[in-house]
Amino acid sequence: MKLPDVAEALTSRFGAGVAGRVEFRGETTLLLQPEALRPVCEFCRDELGFNFLLDISSIDNFEHEPRYEVVYELYSLGNGLHLRLKTTATEDEPEVPTVCDLWPTANWHEREVWDMMGIRFARHPDLRRIIMWDGYPYHPLRKDFPLEGKFSDVPDVAFTEPAPLAGGPFVTAPVKGTTEVREPRARRAGDLPPEQAFIAEP
Amino acid sequence: MSDRDPYAYDSKIEGNIIFTQLDTAINWMRSNSLWPMPMGLACCAIELMAAGAARFDIARFGAEVMRFSPRQADVMIVAGTVTYKMALAVKRIYDQMADPKWVIAMGACASSGGMYRSYAVLQGIDHLIPVDVYVSGCPPRPEALLDGLMRLQKKIMGEHSFLEQKKELLASI
Repeated sequence: MKLPDVAEALTSRFGAGVAGRVEFRGETTLLLQPEALRPVCEFCRDELGFNFLLDISSIDNFEHEPRYEVVYELYSLGNGLHLRLKTTATEDEPEVPTVCDLWPTANWHEREVWDMMGIRFARHPDLRRIIMWDGYPYHPLRKDFPLEGKFSDVPDVAFTEPAPLAGGPFVTAPVKGTTEVREPRARRAGDLPPEQAFIAEP
Repeated sequence: MSDRDPYAYDSKIEGNIIFTQLDTAINWMRSNSLWPMPMGLACCAIELMAAGAARFDIARFGAEVMRFSPRQADVMIVAGTVTYKMALAVKRIYDQMADPKWVIAMGACASSGGMYRSYAVLQGIDHLIPVDVYVSGCPPRPEALLDGLMRLQKKIMGEHSFLEQKKELLASI
């Protein structure tokens, strides 16, 4: 079985559940309606041999609706096929069904998406934060969360303070030059090129 | 006894006795047996290990006894990026160390947050605990750490530990 056959099988079986299909450099991405996610995943695992969930990631399309996308990377070890599934979640109701019961590895991936992006997974057995600590009030990978962070305090566990960005963000410059020229510092649009802007200490 | 150095120790005259100040003797002992608490949190810890290994040999300065219990350590070498998640653990370990104690902030991250100007990283361990020596570098070479250690030794040699303790004692009664 080849990848186009997989895509054909899924579109013919689920019809409108598969809202779109993107082919890019030999990679196939299927866009799914949220309610079609569970049946498609079950079908992929049980009938099409996608026995390995590589990763779950998420996208924040800030100021567009639906705001969030959740991306599932499936792999079939038997056929050597890689399939990408995408589904959406709205800003008001950022929730998609869990796939923990299909691929146990999804447990921690979904916890990470919940922690960093704030998308809930319905019927997840243990939806706790995995990277930030319990009680941290924000989801840092959302586009409306500032890079320097926000103040927070959980007594005896952890606290955070905004970092001084000094006009940053601090970025390295992809130019030729010494490490002094290239080192991370605040750079803004319209600045001189780093090798001109940087004046070495005498 | 040479003319140039009339105060040098002369074993023929003085035998096995050395006259000195108590402060100097205490500082000499403290500065030459600094047992580090290796707070290795990131890549700086690799350089710290290199400083401990044969090529650079931190044992030349009496600091080879890495103690993984804070209760047996004198100097905490904070080697690496201190995240907010780790920050209070570092402070707790520092609090558990017995006085007198010192801190070396090794590398850019421990000193100032380094290149991590972000929501997750404490912008310098001196926000939480007092730092005696900052070592620059990302990561610093083992020589730089050894230089920092020697500066700390110099700093300890200039302390008036006994006098200070006596003053504190007199003030308390």
